[in-house]
Amino acid sequence: MPDTIPGSLRAYLHGLPGVDEVGVQRRAAGLATRSIKTTAKREAIDLAIRMVDLTTLEGADTPGKVRALAAKAVRPDPADPTAPSVAALCVYPDMVATAAEALAGTGVGLASVATGFPSGRTSLEVKLSDTAAAVAAGATEIDMVIDRGAFLAGDYRKVFDEIVAVKEQCGDAHLKVILETGELATYDNVRRASWLALHAGADFIKTSTGKVSPAATLPVTLVMLEAVRDYRAATGRQAGVKPAGGIRTTKDAIRYLVLVKEIAGADWLDPAWFRLGASSLLNDLLMQRTKLDTGHYSGPDYYTID
Amino acid sequence: MEIFEYAPAPESRSIVSIRPSYDLFIDGDFVPAKSDERIVTVNPADEEPLSEVAAAGEADVDRAFAAARRAFERVWSPMPPAERGKYLFRIARIIQERSRELAVLESLDNGKPIKETRDIDLPLVAQHFFYYAGWADKLRHAGFGTRPLGVAAQVIPWNFPLLMLAWKVAPALATGNTVVLKPAETTPLTALVFAEICQEAGLPPGVVNIVTGAGDTGAAVVAHPGGDKVAFTGSTEVGRQIARAVAGTRKRLTLELGGKGANIVYDDAAIDQAVEGIVSGIFFNQGHVCCAGSRLLVQESIAEELLARLRARIELLRLGDPLDKNTDIGAINSAAQLARIRELAAAGEAEGATSWSPACPLPERGYWFRPTVFTGVTQAHRIAREEIFGPVLSVLTFRTPEEAVAKANNTPYGLSAGVWTEKGSLMLWTASRLRAGVVWSNTFNVFDPASPFGGYKESGYGREGGLLGLEAYLG
Repeated sequence: MPDTIPGSLRAYLHGLPGVDEVGVQRRAAGLATRSIKTTAKREAIDLAIRMVDLTTLEGADTPGKVRALAAKAVRPDPADPTAPSVAALCVYPDMVATAAEALAGTGVGLASVATGFPSGRTSLEVKLSDTAAAVAAGATEIDMVIDRGAFLAGDYRKVFDEIVAVKEQCGDAHLKVILETGELATYDNVRRASWLALHAGADFIKTSTGKVSPAATLPVTLVMLEAVRDYRAATGRQAGVKPAGGIRTTKDAIRYLVLVKEIAGADWLDPAWFRLGASSLLNDLLMQRTKLDTGHYSGPDYYTID
Repeated sequence: MEIFEYAPAPESRSIVSIRPSYDLFIDGDFVPAKSDERIVTVNPADEEPLSEVAAAGEADVDRAFAAARRAFERVWSPMPPAERGKYLFRIARIIQERSRELAVLESLDNGKPIKETRDIDLPLVAQHFFYYAGWADKLRHAGFGTRPLGVAAQVIPWNFPLLMLAWKVAPALATGNTVVLKPAETTPLTALVFAEICQEAGLPPGVVNIVTGAGDTGAAVVAHPGGDKVAFTGSTEVGRQIARAVAGTRKRLTLELGGKGANIVYDDAAIDQAVEGIVSGIFFNQGHVCCAGSRLLVQESIAEELLARLRARIELLRLGDPLDKNTDIGAINSAAQLARIRELAAAGEAEGATSWSPACPLPERGYWFRPTVFTGVTQAHRIAREEIFGPVLSVLTFRTPEEAVAKANNTPYGLSAGVWTEKGSLMLWTASRLRAGVVWSNTFNVFDPASPFGGYKESGYGREGGLLGLEAYLG
């Protein structure tokens, strides 16, 4: 259920405290210097693997590639059964049925992008039927995009109502709302869009589609983590955060986990509340994991490309 | 066990080789002191002795000034300015090359976290030398004349040992002066490695002389008739003594003294970043910062929310081993300073203010003090008036901008202030009324070699850094 916001949405969103660009970048850069070693690194790697939304969103995707990725999502390191499964597989709506079959009974989530991903430039009817089709085919999570044009034009009501409508269409499926922060341009906008999505019922707020540069950044994720932290303090409801796009190395992933720990708090250090939207990241995590266990790098050819 | 607890990440000490004992650095060589007195310098994080240094007596100081005078007259002031610049560039590069070693040594001797020495102190030290190296052959464009004063007597504090050395030595050398420098009693080691760097750079003998010691040595350096200029950074109390000692002599004087900086947070501030600024304003370097934002002035309408966020943020600060790369708060520099902090904190409670600290455990050995926030503070309380020079924040509230400015200026000091507002006109209105040498706008404790630094009122006079920093060394 969407919350009711007293007064106009505009007055509410513009009444949120501002974000100082220099300050937030300094804070993110400071946290990026945390040194995560030995036992902490080992714990972080497994946690990060469990948080990965393993993603393939290409025009050239095939059912074969989706089935291969599904297998990888369930058992990321064929050589090491102790490597945990990822959180979910993330695909386009037309691949959901194939993925659902491959993932049945594994416990790995199935996320589908929807609502005219990645630009969202289509009618509400199409967005809703896109969502309905993905849910019907077996998606347990829907990654929708907001109408950035409407947001930047100040038509917050339109953005809000669309999220509410898509959420309704999701049924039991979790809704992740993609803000596409690279197009929102300012941290003030990121904060407003985060609160807008949370009030409209988002289960997760997500940075990016991965199709726009810049995609996820540490400062943007920091602002979104502050939003879910403060939103829970204000309403009692916890929502998750998902940075996506451009997170390729274990070092990157650990920096995000540090942000989660020190900005939102340990309650968010769980795949239920934090996800990493990525594809090539997984292999680097596996490689570092093996390195910590065996003391040497085995090289990229020992990990499956999809 | 908590999820994702950071494992210890200690920086290795092996890069540093501390000699058991150090002599004075005079005329390009390490020479034994004529005085027999020695000073033991300890690691404040565990109270273990690190080394012992000479306590220079009057005869030693005499030798240092004689060497500095010779070097000034025969080598350094006649040298073409571009050549002087080359030496400074060389020193800057060696500092960069040895920065890891210097950062570890500074953390060991001072107690400050390696995160700060590595990411703040050492980069700034190198930048200062690079900055003033660039000025050496461009002095005619600075507008203060081009003639050096002669021999500069420089006395520096223990809070940023090597950085304060850089602030003093770099502009003095760039302008053609020579130097007799006395590092602080509790933190002499990086200055002595700097002496090695001068040798490594081939700096002509006598241009830089370093005489270690305590207050008596400092007094001898300040009073020595061979000095043409005195530059001091330290407490207002000692600054007054120095001003008296120098009065009536030909010496020029700059003083960079204490502070009781106000950090003003208006109700429209970017609140999360303001919290960060409050934390870095008072807990940076354990609050051993003359320009610390030790008085928080917060607009009453957001005080409760801001303090709740501030307390939650302070709970996250990691206090402990200065060499751990994840340590945010290190050790208090000395037993004497710890005693002073404790005394003032006790006075705060006795006068009726409410103290709060996070529940972080303190190491068993060494000098430690928890980050502390006092609320219910009034202008009349000692903790609102006296410089504590420790991790202790006094919180006061205000209702109008006029009240904020009046309270901020109601101090004998005038070194720094911070203003937090998203409204540009209010920022300018406030900044123009604050009597402080530095006013930070939506940030705090940020330094740059190109930016001058110095105080109003009892925070001293003269500027260090930037173009204005040249003025103190040119006649």
